[in-house]
Amino acid sequence: MEEFITTKDIHLYYGKKEALKGINLSFPAKGINALIGPSGCGKSTYLRTLNRMNDLIPSVTMTGSIMINGQDIYSPKMDTVDLRKKVGMVFQQPNPFPFSIYENVTYGLRIAGIKDKQLLDERVEQSLKQAAVWDEVKDDLHKSALSLSGGQQQRVCIARVLAVQPDVILLDEPTSALDPVSSGLIEDMLLTIRDNYTIIIVTHNLQQASRISDRTAFFLNGELIEEGKTKSVFLNPKRQETDDYISGRFG
Amino acid sequence: MKTKLQNNIAITVIRVIAALVVLILAFLLGDILISGIPHISWHFLTAASQSFTSGGGIGVQLFNSIYLLLLTLIISFPISLGAGIFLSEYAPKNIFTATVRMAIEVLSSLPSVVVGLFGFLLFVVQMDMGFSILSGAIALTFFNLPLLTRNIEESLRAVPDLQREAGLSLGLSKWKTVTKVILPEALPGIVTGVVLGAGRVFGEAAALIYTAGQSATNINFGNWNPFNSTSPLNLMRPAETLAVHIWKINSEGVMPDAAAVSAGSSAVLIIAVLIFNFSARVIGNQLYRKLTATK
Repeated sequence: MEEFITTKDIHLYYGKKEALKGINLSFPAKGINALIGPSGCGKSTYLRTLNRMNDLIPSVTMTGSIMINGQDIYSPKMDTVDLRKKVGMVFQQPNPFPFSIYENVTYGLRIAGIKDKQLLDERVEQSLKQAAVWDEVKDDLHKSALSLSGGQQQRVCIARVLAVQPDVILLDEPTSALDPVSSGLIEDMLLTIRDNYTIIIVTHNLQQASRISDRTAFFLNGELIEEGKTKSVFLNPKRQETDDYISGRFG
Repeated sequence: MKTKLQNNIAITVIRVIAALVVLILAFLLGDILISGIPHISWHFLTAASQSFTSGGGIGVQLFNSIYLLLLTLIISFPISLGAGIFLSEYAPKNIFTATVRMAIEVLSSLPSVVVGLFGFLLFVVQMDMGFSILSGAIALTFFNLPLLTRNIEESLRAVPDLQREAGLSLGLSKWKTVTKVILPEALPGIVTGVVLGAGRVFGEAAALIYTAGQSATNINFGNWNPFNSTSPLNLMRPAETLAVHIWKINSEGVMPDAAAVSAGSSAVLIIAVLIFNFSARVIGNQLYRKLTATK
Protein backbone atom coordinates (compact mmCIF):
# COMPACT_ATOMS: atom_id res chain seq x y z
CA MET A 1 0.00 0.00 0.00
CA GLU A 2 1.31 3.42 -0.96
CA GLU A 3 0.85 5.60 2.10
CA PHE A 4 -0.60 9.07 1.58
CA ILE A 5 -1.25 9.75 5.25
CA THR A 6 1.03 8.23 7.86
CA THR A 7 0.47 8.74 11.56
CA LYS A 8 3.07 7.48 14.00
CA ASP A 9 2.72 6.93 17.72
CA ILE A 10 0.00 9.55 18.32
CA HIS A 11 -0.56 10.24 21.99
CA LEU A 12 -3.16 12.88 22.80
CA TYR A 13 -4.17 14.20 26.19
CA TYR A 14 -7.14 16.27 27.29
CA GLY A 15 -5.49 17.82 30.31
CA LYS A 16 -4.17 14.69 32.08
CA LYS A 17 -6.60 12.24 30.51
CA GLU A 18 -5.00 10.21 27.76
CA ALA A 19 -7.46 10.00 24.88
CA LEU A 20 -5.19 8.43 22.25
CA LYS A 21 -2.63 5.89 23.39
CA GLY A 22 -0.11 5.60 20.64
CA ILE A 23 -1.90 5.28 17.32
CA ASN A 24 0.02 4.00 14.28
CA LEU A 25 -2.19 4.15 11.23
CA SER A 26 -1.81 4.86 7.52
CA PHE A 27 -4.15 5.59 4.65
CA PRO A 28 -3.69 5.15 0.89
CA ALA A 29 -4.08 8.06 -1.51
CA LYS A 30 -7.55 7.21 -2.79
CA GLY A 31 -10.55 5.43 -1.38
CA ILE A 32 -12.82 5.37 1.64
CA ASN A 33 -11.47 4.54 5.10
CA ALA A 34 -13.85 3.95 8.00
CA LEU A 35 -13.00 4.52 11.66
CA ILE A 36 -15.31 2.52 13.92
CA GLY A 37 -15.59 1.90 17.62
CA PRO A 38 -17.84 2.66 20.59
CA SER A 39 -18.46 6.21 21.89
CA GLY A 40 -15.47 7.75 23.60
CA CYS A 41 -12.97 5.40 21.96
CA GLY A 42 -11.02 8.29 20.44
CA LYS A 43 -11.92 7.91 16.77
CA SER A 44 -13.27 11.45 16.42
CA THR A 45 -10.35 12.84 18.37
CA TYR A 46 -8.00 10.99 16.06
CA LEU A 47 -9.82 12.34 13.00
CA ARG A 48 -9.45 15.87 14.28
CA THR A 49 -5.69 15.52 14.62
CA LEU A 50 -5.51 15.14 10.82
CA ASN A 51 -6.52 18.75 10.14
CA ARG A 52 -5.33 20.07 13.49
CA MET A 53 -8.78 21.00 14.71
CA ASN A 54 -7.70 19.89 18.18
CA ASP A 55 -5.40 22.91 18.22
CA LEU A 56 -8.48 24.95 19.04
CA ILE A 57 -8.90 23.26 22.42
CA PRO A 58 -6.42 24.85 24.83
CA SER A 59 -6.05 21.85 27.18
CA VAL A 60 -5.00 19.43 24.43
CA THR A 61 -1.41 18.23 24.14
CA MET A 62 -0.21 15.82 21.50
CA THR A 63 2.92 13.87 20.63
CA GLY A 64 3.79 11.77 17.60
CA SER A 65 4.06 12.61 13.93
CA ILE A 66 1.56 12.94 11.11
CA MET A 67 2.75 13.07 7.51
CA ILE A 68 0.32 13.95 4.75
CA ASN A 69 1.66 13.69 1.21
CA GLY A 70 5.19 13.76 2.57
CA GLN A 71 4.66 16.84 4.71
CA ASP A 72 4.86 16.89 8.50
CA ILE A 73 1.64 18.73 9.34
CA TYR A 74 2.72 19.43 12.91
CA SER A 75 6.01 21.00 11.92
CA PRO A 76 6.33 24.63 13.02
CA LYS A 77 6.55 25.66 9.37
CA MET A 78 3.12 24.22 8.58
CA ASP A 79 0.43 26.82 7.99
CA THR A 80 -2.86 25.47 9.39
CA VAL A 81 -4.80 27.57 6.89
CA ASP A 82 -3.04 25.84 3.98
CA LEU A 83 -3.40 22.48 5.68
CA ARG A 84 -7.15 22.87 6.06
CA LYS A 85 -7.53 23.79 2.41
CA LYS A 86 -5.96 20.43 1.57
CA VAL A 87 -7.77 18.52 4.31
CA GLY A 88 -11.47 19.39 4.34
CA MET A 89 -13.88 18.40 7.06
CA VAL A 90 -17.60 17.60 7.32
CA PHE A 91 -19.17 17.59 10.77
CA GLN A 92 -21.86 15.56 12.50
CA GLN A 93 -24.34 18.42 12.60
CA PRO A 94 -24.86 20.10 9.22
CA ASN A 95 -23.35 23.56 9.75
CA PRO A 96 -23.98 25.67 6.66
CA PHE A 97 -23.31 29.38 7.03
CA PRO A 98 -26.57 31.31 7.28
CA PHE A 99 -26.11 32.68 3.77
CA SER A 100 -27.36 31.54 0.40
CA ILE A 101 -26.50 28.12 -1.03
CA TYR A 102 -24.36 29.76 -3.70
CA GLU A 103 -22.43 31.79 -1.13
CA ASN A 104 -21.93 28.74 1.06
CA VAL A 105 -20.31 26.78 -1.72
CA THR A 106 -18.17 29.66 -2.99
CA TYR A 107 -17.12 30.88 0.45
CA GLY A 108 -13.79 29.13 0.63
CA LEU A 109 -12.93 30.18 -2.91
CA ARG A 110 -13.95 33.79 -2.55
CA ILE A 111 -12.00 34.15 0.68
CA ALA A 112 -9.03 32.66 -1.16
CA GLY A 113 -9.37 35.59 -3.58
CA ILE A 114 -11.09 34.02 -6.58
CA LYS A 115 -13.40 36.61 -8.14
CA ASP A 116 -13.97 35.21 -11.63
CA LYS A 117 -17.74 34.84 -11.75
CA GLN A 118 -17.65 32.20 -14.47
CA LEU A 119 -15.17 30.05 -12.57
CA LEU A 120 -17.22 30.39 -9.38
CA ASP A 121 -20.41 29.41 -11.21
CA GLU A 122 -18.71 26.39 -12.72
CA ARG A 123 -17.27 25.30 -9.42
CA VAL A 124 -20.66 25.67 -7.70
CA GLU A 125 -22.38 23.50 -10.28
CA GLN A 126 -19.60 20.93 -10.29
CA SER A 127 -19.41 20.70 -6.50
CA LEU A 128 -23.16 20.52 -5.98
CA LYS A 129 -23.38 17.84 -8.67
CA GLN A 130 -20.61 15.85 -7.02
CA ALA A 131 -22.39 16.19 -3.71
CA ALA A 132 -25.59 14.88 -5.34
CA VAL A 133 -27.68 17.86 -4.37
CA TRP A 134 -27.57 19.91 -7.60
CA ASP A 135 -30.92 18.74 -8.98
CA GLU A 136 -32.68 19.67 -5.76
CA VAL A 137 -31.26 23.17 -5.37
CA LYS A 138 -30.27 24.37 -8.85
CA ASP A 139 -33.35 26.57 -9.19
CA ASP A 140 -32.88 28.39 -5.93
CA LEU A 141 -29.16 28.76 -5.44
CA HIS A 142 -29.76 32.16 -3.88
CA LYS A 143 -32.09 30.86 -1.22
CA SER A 144 -30.77 30.53 2.31
CA ALA A 145 -28.96 27.26 2.98
CA LEU A 146 -30.83 27.19 6.29
CA SER A 147 -34.13 26.75 4.45
CA LEU A 148 -33.02 23.29 3.23
CA SER A 149 -33.70 20.00 4.97
CA GLY A 150 -31.00 18.52 7.20
CA GLY A 151 -29.90 16.04 4.56
CA GLN A 152 -29.69 18.72 1.88
CA GLN A 153 -27.78 20.99 4.25
CA GLN A 154 -25.26 18.25 4.89
CA ARG A 155 -24.76 17.68 1.17
CA VAL A 156 -24.31 21.44 0.66
CA CYS A 157 -21.68 21.32 3.42
CA ILE A 158 -19.95 18.52 1.52
CA ALA A 159 -20.15 20.58 -1.69
CA ARG A 160 -18.61 23.47 0.23
CA VAL A 161 -15.65 21.25 1.07
CA LEU A 162 -15.37 19.82 -2.46
CA ALA A 163 -15.37 23.32 -3.97
CA VAL A 164 -11.94 24.13 -2.52
CA GLN A 165 -10.63 20.90 -4.09
CA PRO A 166 -8.94 19.25 -1.11
CA ASP A 167 -6.90 16.03 -1.27
CA VAL A 168 -8.41 14.60 1.88
CA ILE A 169 -11.98 14.74 3.18
CA LEU A 170 -12.62 13.99 6.83
CA LEU A 171 -16.20 13.14 7.77
CA ASP A 172 -17.14 13.00 11.44
CA GLU A 173 -20.31 10.88 11.65
CA PRO A 174 -21.79 12.82 8.73
CA THR A 175 -25.05 10.87 8.57
CA SER A 176 -25.84 10.23 12.23
CA ALA A 177 -28.17 13.25 12.41
CA LEU A 178 -29.94 12.35 9.17
CA ASP A 179 -32.79 10.10 8.08
CA PRO A 180 -32.01 6.80 6.27
CA VAL A 181 -32.87 8.18 2.81
CA SER A 182 -30.54 11.15 3.17
CA SER A 183 -27.87 8.87 4.63
CA GLY A 184 -28.21 6.60 1.61
CA LEU A 185 -27.78 9.55 -0.77
CA ILE A 186 -24.61 10.61 1.01
CA GLU A 187 -23.24 7.07 0.95
CA ASP A 188 -23.89 6.78 -2.80
CA MET A 189 -22.28 10.16 -3.28
CA LEU A 190 -19.16 9.11 -1.36
CA LEU A 191 -18.89 6.00 -3.53
CA THR A 192 -18.91 8.13 -6.69
CA ILE A 193 -16.06 10.34 -5.50
CA ARG A 194 -13.96 7.63 -3.83
CA ASP A 195 -11.50 7.48 -6.71
CA ASN A 196 -10.57 11.13 -6.46
CA TYR A 197 -10.06 11.73 -2.75
CA THR A 198 -8.69 10.22 0.42
CA ILE A 199 -11.90 9.89 2.40
CA ILE A 200 -11.80 9.14 6.10
CA ILE A 201 -15.17 8.65 7.76
CA VAL A 202 -15.95 8.16 11.42
CA THR A 203 -19.15 6.19 11.81
CA HIS A 204 -21.21 4.47 14.47
CA ASN A 205 -23.06 2.63 11.80
CA LEU A 206 -21.31 -0.69 11.16
CA GLN A 207 -23.42 -1.46 8.11
CA GLN A 208 -22.41 1.86 6.67
CA ALA A 209 -18.75 1.08 7.24
CA SER A 210 -19.08 -2.34 5.63
CA ARG A 211 -21.12 -1.01 2.70
CA ILE A 212 -18.90 1.82 1.57
CA SER A 213 -15.40 1.58 2.98
CA ASP A 214 -12.32 0.00 1.42
CA ARG A 215 -10.42 -0.13 4.69
CA THR A 216 -11.59 -0.14 8.29
CA ALA A 217 -9.85 0.72 11.55
CA PHE A 218 -11.35 -0.32 14.88
CA PHE A 219 -10.67 1.87 17.93
CA LEU A 220 -11.28 0.95 21.55
CA ASN A 221 -10.43 2.99 24.66
CA GLY A 222 -7.97 5.20 22.84
CA GLU A 223 -6.16 2.33 21.16
CA LEU A 224 -6.16 1.05 17.63
CA ILE A 225 -7.19 -2.58 17.95
CA GLU A 226 -7.25 -3.69 14.35
CA GLU A 227 -6.90 -2.23 10.90
CA GLY A 228 -7.09 -3.65 7.39
CA LYS A 229 -9.23 -4.26 4.33
CA THR A 230 -12.87 -3.82 5.33
CA LYS A 231 -13.79 -7.28 4.12
CA SER A 232 -11.19 -9.02 6.24
CA VAL A 233 -11.87 -6.90 9.32
CA PHE A 234 -15.57 -7.71 9.15
CA LEU A 235 -15.37 -11.34 8.01
CA ASN A 236 -12.16 -12.55 9.62
CA PRO A 237 -11.30 -10.26 12.49
CA LYS A 238 -7.95 -11.14 14.00
CA ARG A 239 -8.71 -9.87 17.47
CA GLN A 240 -11.39 -11.03 19.86
CA GLU A 241 -12.43 -7.41 20.73
CA THR A 242 -13.10 -6.67 17.07
CA ASP A 243 -15.17 -9.78 16.71
CA ASP A 244 -17.18 -8.92 19.84
CA TYR A 245 -17.85 -5.37 18.66
CA ILE A 246 -18.75 -6.28 15.10
CA SER A 247 -21.08 -9.06 16.15
CA GLY A 248 -22.81 -6.71 18.60
CA ARG A 249 -21.72 -8.31 21.86
CA PHE A 250 -20.88 -4.84 23.23
CA GLY A 251 -20.77 -1.16 22.18
CA MET B 1 -56.37 20.73 46.85
CA LYS B 2 -54.04 22.81 48.96
CA THR B 3 -51.23 22.82 46.38
CA LYS B 4 -53.68 23.80 43.67
CA LEU B 5 -54.86 26.74 45.76
CA GLN B 6 -51.29 27.82 46.42
CA ASN B 7 -50.57 27.62 42.74
CA ASN B 8 -53.56 29.77 41.87
CA ILE B 9 -52.66 32.37 44.47
CA ALA B 10 -49.08 32.55 43.22
CA ILE B 11 -50.16 32.92 39.59
CA THR B 12 -52.65 35.64 40.50
CA VAL B 13 -50.06 37.59 42.48
CA ILE B 14 -47.56 37.38 39.62
CA ARG B 15 -50.18 38.52 37.12
CA VAL B 16 -51.13 41.49 39.29
CA ILE B 17 -47.48 42.52 39.59
CA ALA B 18 -46.96 42.23 35.84
CA ALA B 19 -50.10 44.26 35.18
CA LEU B 20 -48.87 46.88 37.65
CA VAL B 21 -45.62 47.30 35.73
CA VAL B 22 -47.48 47.77 32.47
CA LEU B 23 -49.92 50.17 34.12
CA ILE B 24 -47.15 52.34 35.54
CA LEU B 25 -45.49 52.54 32.14
CA ALA B 26 -48.78 53.28 30.40
CA PHE B 27 -49.61 55.97 32.95
CA LEU B 28 -46.19 57.63 32.58
CA LEU B 29 -46.18 57.53 28.79
CA GLY B 30 -49.84 58.56 28.60
CA ASP B 31 -49.36 61.51 30.92
CA ILE B 32 -46.28 62.79 29.09
CA LEU B 33 -47.73 62.29 25.64
CA ILE B 34 -51.19 63.73 26.44
CA SER B 35 -49.81 66.87 28.03
CA GLY B 36 -46.99 67.24 25.48
CA ILE B 37 -48.35 66.38 22.06
CA PRO B 38 -50.70 69.40 21.79
CA HIS B 39 -47.63 71.66 21.97
CA ILE B 40 -45.78 69.93 19.19
CA SER B 41 -45.91 71.72 15.87
CA TRP B 42 -43.57 72.18 12.96
CA HIS B 43 -42.68 75.60 14.36
CA PHE B 44 -41.91 74.05 17.78
CA LEU B 45 -39.67 71.39 16.25
CA THR B 46 -37.67 73.78 14.11
CA ALA B 47 -37.60 77.22 15.78
CA ALA B 48 -34.81 78.40 18.04
CA SER B 49 -35.52 78.45 21.78
CA GLN B 50 -36.35 81.66 23.64
CA SER B 51 -35.03 82.50 27.06
CA PHE B 52 -37.41 85.24 28.14
CA THR B 53 -40.33 85.32 25.72
CA SER B 54 -42.86 82.72 24.78
CA GLY B 55 -43.10 80.97 21.43
CA GLY B 56 -39.65 79.36 21.49
CA GLY B 57 -38.97 76.00 19.87
CA ILE B 58 -36.45 73.19 20.25
CA GLY B 59 -34.94 73.09 16.76
CA VAL B 60 -31.36 73.63 17.86
CA GLN B 61 -31.63 71.22 20.80
CA LEU B 62 -33.10 68.52 18.59
CA PHE B 63 -30.29 68.93 16.08
CA ASN B 64 -27.70 68.92 18.88
CA SER B 65 -29.09 65.71 20.33
CA ILE B 66 -28.92 63.93 16.99
CA TYR B 67 -25.49 65.29 16.11
CA LEU B 68 -24.10 64.36 19.51
CA LEU B 69 -25.56 60.89 19.20
CA LEU B 70 -23.95 60.37 15.80
CA LEU B 71 -20.58 61.57 17.03
CA THR B 72 -20.82 59.33 20.08
CA LEU B 73 -21.55 56.33 17.89
CA ILE B 74 -18.73 57.19 15.50
CA ILE B 75 -16.29 57.24 18.41
CA SER B 76 -17.63 54.39 20.51
CA PHE B 77 -18.66 51.82 17.90
CA PRO B 78 -15.20 51.01 16.47
CA ILE B 79 -13.68 50.83 19.94
CA SER B 80 -16.35 48.56 21.33
CA LEU B 81 -16.34 46.43 18.18
CA GLY B 82 -12.62 45.81 18.63
CA ALA B 83 -12.99 45.18 22.34
CA GLY B 84 -15.99 42.90 21.80
CA ILE B 85 -14.21 40.83 19.15
CA PHE B 86 -11.14 40.55 21.36
CA LEU B 87 -13.10 39.45 24.41
CA SER B 88 -15.28 36.97 22.56
CA GLU B 89 -12.86 35.44 20.07
CA TYR B 90 -9.28 35.99 21.16
CA ALA B 91 -9.02 36.72 24.87
CA PRO B 92 -7.29 33.91 26.74
CA LYS B 93 -8.44 33.20 30.27
CA ASN B 94 -5.89 35.14 32.28
CA ILE B 95 -5.51 38.03 34.65
CA PHE B 96 -5.37 40.59 31.87
CA THR B 97 -8.70 39.50 30.40
CA ALA B 98 -10.27 39.36 33.84
CA THR B 99 -9.05 42.92 34.47
CA VAL B 100 -10.52 44.15 31.19
CA ARG B 101 -13.86 42.56 32.02
CA MET B 102 -13.77 44.01 35.52
CA ALA B 103 -13.00 47.47 34.11
CA ILE B 104 -15.97 47.22 31.77
CA GLU B 105 -18.24 46.23 34.66
CA VAL B 106 -17.08 49.15 36.75
CA LEU B 107 -17.36 51.58 33.86
CA SER B 108 -20.90 50.47 33.15
CA SER B 109 -21.98 51.00 36.74
CA LEU B 110 -20.55 54.52 37.09
CA PRO B 111 -23.35 57.04 37.71
CA SER B 112 -23.67 59.25 34.65
CA VAL B 113 -23.35 62.42 36.68
CA VAL B 114 -19.93 61.24 37.83
CA VAL B 115 -18.93 60.58 34.24
CA GLY B 116 -20.13 64.11 33.45
CA LEU B 117 -18.12 65.68 36.24
CA PHE B 118 -15.04 63.69 35.26
CA GLY B 119 -15.48 64.87 31.67
CA PHE B 120 -15.86 68.42 32.94
CA LEU B 121 -12.61 68.29 34.92
CA LEU B 122 -10.56 66.47 32.32
CA PHE B 123 -11.78 67.66 28.93
CA VAL B 124 -13.52 70.95 29.61
CA VAL B 125 -11.07 72.36 32.16
CA GLN B 126 -7.80 70.46 31.99
CA MET B 127 -7.60 69.95 28.24
CA ASP B 128 -9.21 73.30 27.62
CA MET B 129 -11.85 72.01 25.24
CA GLY B 130 -14.53 74.14 26.91
CA PHE B 131 -18.21 73.25 26.96
CA SER B 132 -18.34 71.67 23.58
CA ILE B 133 -19.96 68.98 21.49
CA LEU B 134 -16.64 67.14 21.46
CA SER B 135 -16.40 67.07 25.27
CA GLY B 136 -19.99 65.86 25.39
CA ALA B 137 -19.42 63.15 22.79
CA ILE B 138 -16.40 61.81 24.67
CA ALA B 139 -18.30 61.77 27.96
CA LEU B 140 -21.16 59.92 26.27
CA THR B 141 -18.64 57.49 24.80
CA PHE B 142 -17.53 56.56 28.32
CA PHE B 143 -21.15 56.04 29.14
CA ASN B 144 -21.94 54.01 26.03
CA LEU B 145 -18.72 52.02 25.62
CA PRO B 146 -19.19 49.34 28.29
CA LEU B 147 -22.76 48.57 27.28
CA LEU B 148 -21.91 48.41 23.62
CA THR B 149 -18.83 46.25 24.23
CA ARG B 150 -20.81 43.80 26.30
CA ASN B 151 -23.56 43.68 23.71
CA ILE B 152 -21.13 42.98 20.88
CA GLU B 153 -19.29 40.35 22.89
CA GLU B 154 -22.53 38.57 23.74
CA SER B 155 -23.85 38.74 20.18
CA LEU B 156 -20.62 37.15 18.94
CA ARG B 157 -20.68 34.50 21.65
CA ALA B 158 -24.22 33.55 20.70
CA VAL B 159 -22.95 32.29 17.31
CA PRO B 160 -22.50 28.50 17.71
CA ASP B 161 -18.95 27.11 17.76
CA LEU B 162 -19.92 24.84 14.88
CA GLN B 163 -19.75 27.91 12.64
CA ARG B 164 -16.23 28.71 13.81
CA GLU B 165 -15.21 25.12 13.10
CA ALA B 166 -16.88 25.30 9.70
CA GLY B 167 -14.91 28.41 8.81
CA LEU B 168 -11.58 27.16 10.09
CA SER B 169 -11.98 23.70 8.57
CA LEU B 170 -12.59 25.38 5.24
CA GLY B 171 -9.16 26.94 5.31
CA LEU B 172 -10.23 30.36 6.51
CA SER B 173 -7.83 32.05 8.88
CA LYS B 174 -9.11 32.84 12.33
CA TRP B 175 -9.45 36.54 11.45
CA LYS B 176 -11.35 35.77 8.25
CA THR B 177 -13.58 33.36 10.13
CA VAL B 178 -14.38 36.08 12.65
CA THR B 179 -14.94 38.89 10.16
CA LYS B 180 -16.57 36.97 7.32
CA VAL B 181 -18.60 34.34 9.15
CA ILE B 182 -19.09 35.13 12.81
CA LEU B 183 -19.52 38.90 12.56
CA PRO B 184 -22.17 38.82 9.81
CA GLU B 185 -24.09 36.22 11.78
CA ALA B 186 -23.93 38.34 14.91
CA LEU B 187 -24.87 41.52 13.05
CA PRO B 188 -28.61 41.54 13.87
CA GLY B 189 -27.86 41.32 17.59
CA ILE B 190 -25.16 43.96 17.34
CA VAL B 191 -27.38 46.39 15.44
CA THR B 192 -30.21 45.91 17.92
CA GLY B 193 -27.80 46.68 20.75
CA VAL B 194 -26.41 49.76 19.03
CA VAL B 195 -29.86 51.22 18.40
CA LEU B 196 -31.06 50.48 21.95
CA GLY B 197 -27.89 52.10 23.27
CA ALA B 198 -28.55 55.06 20.99
CA GLY B 199 -31.93 55.50 22.66
CA ARG B 200 -30.27 55.65 26.06
CA VAL B 201 -27.63 58.10 24.88
CA PHE B 202 -30.29 60.26 23.24
CA GLY B 203 -32.10 60.71 26.55
CA GLU B 204 -28.98 61.21 28.67
CA ALA B 205 -28.78 64.54 30.51
CA ALA B 206 -26.56 64.29 33.58
CA ALA B 207 -23.37 63.43 31.71
CA LEU B 208 -23.88 66.35 29.34
CA ILE B 209 -24.74 69.21 31.68
CA TYR B 210 -21.09 69.80 32.52
CA THR B 211 -19.58 68.72 29.22
CA ALA B 212 -21.64 69.75 26.22
CA GLY B 213 -23.00 72.64 28.27
CA GLN B 214 -26.39 74.19 28.86
CA SER B 215 -26.52 76.87 26.23
CA ALA B 216 -27.85 76.59 22.73
CA THR B 217 -25.91 79.18 20.82
CA ASN B 218 -27.57 80.36 17.70
CA ILE B 219 -26.41 78.31 14.82
CA ASN B 220 -26.82 79.08 11.18
CA PHE B 221 -28.18 76.12 9.25
CA GLY B 222 -26.95 77.71 6.04
CA ASN B 223 -23.32 77.40 7.08
CA TRP B 224 -21.89 73.89 6.91
CA ASN B 225 -18.22 74.73 7.31
CA PRO B 226 -17.31 72.76 10.46
CA PHE B 227 -14.56 75.24 11.39
CA ASN B 228 -16.94 78.18 11.59
CA SER B 229 -18.31 78.78 15.08
CA THR B 230 -21.89 79.27 13.93
CA SER B 231 -21.88 76.13 11.81
CA PRO B 232 -24.12 73.29 13.02
CA LEU B 233 -21.20 70.91 12.50
CA ASN B 234 -18.72 72.87 14.61
CA LEU B 235 -17.31 70.50 17.24
CA MET B 236 -16.16 73.14 19.68
CA ARG B 237 -19.43 75.01 20.21
CA PRO B 238 -21.47 74.46 23.34
CA ALA B 239 -24.53 72.39 22.63
CA GLU B 240 -27.54 71.98 24.81
CA THR B 241 -29.40 68.79 23.99
CA LEU B 242 -33.09 68.09 24.30
CA ALA B 243 -32.75 66.23 27.61
CA VAL B 244 -30.57 68.96 29.09
CA HIS B 245 -33.05 71.55 27.82
CA ILE B 246 -35.86 69.88 29.73
CA TRP B 247 -33.78 69.81 32.89
CA LYS B 248 -32.84 73.47 32.48
CA ILE B 249 -36.34 74.75 31.78
CA ASN B 250 -37.62 73.04 34.87
CA SER B 251 -34.84 74.25 37.14
CA GLU B 252 -34.38 77.82 35.96
CA GLY B 253 -36.66 78.53 32.99
CA VAL B 254 -38.16 82.03 33.10
CA MET B 255 -40.02 82.10 29.80
CA PRO B 256 -43.78 82.52 30.26
CA ASP B 257 -44.58 79.27 28.44
CA ALA B 258 -41.94 77.18 30.27
CA ALA B 259 -44.41 74.50 31.31
CA ALA B 260 -45.66 74.06 27.75
CA VAL B 261 -42.15 73.96 26.25
CA SER B 262 -41.11 71.41 28.87
CA ALA B 263 -44.13 69.23 28.20
CA GLY B 264 -43.64 69.41 24.44
CA SER B 265 -39.92 68.65 24.71
CA SER B 266 -40.56 65.70 26.99
CA ALA B 267 -43.07 64.28 24.55
CA VAL B 268 -40.61 64.65 21.66
CA LEU B 269 -37.88 62.97 23.70
CA ILE B 270 -40.13 60.09 24.70
CA ILE B 271 -41.33 59.61 21.14
CA ALA B 272 -37.73 59.59 19.89
CA VAL B 273 -36.70 56.98 22.47
CA LEU B 274 -39.74 54.85 21.62
CA ILE B 275 -38.83 55.07 17.94
CA PHE B 276 -35.32 53.86 18.79
CA ASN B 277 -36.67 50.94 20.78
CA PHE B 278 -39.14 49.80 18.17
CA SER B 279 -36.79 50.29 15.26
CA ALA B 280 -34.14 48.28 17.11
CA ARG B 281 -36.48 45.31 17.01
CA VAL B 282 -37.60 45.86 13.46
CA ILE B 283 -34.11 46.42 12.06
CA GLY B 284 -32.70 43.45 13.98
CA ASN B 285 -35.41 41.13 12.71
CA GLN B 286 -35.16 42.44 9.16
CA LEU B 287 -31.40 42.02 9.09
CA TYR B 288 -31.65 38.52 10.46
CA ARG B 289 -34.19 37.60 7.83
CA LYS B 290 -32.17 39.18 5.09
CA LEU B 291 -28.96 37.47 6.14
CA THR B 292 -30.45 34.06 6.67
CA ALA B 293 -33.19 34.44 4.04
CA THR B 294 -35.59 32.65 6.38
CA LYS B 295 -39.23 33.59 6.37
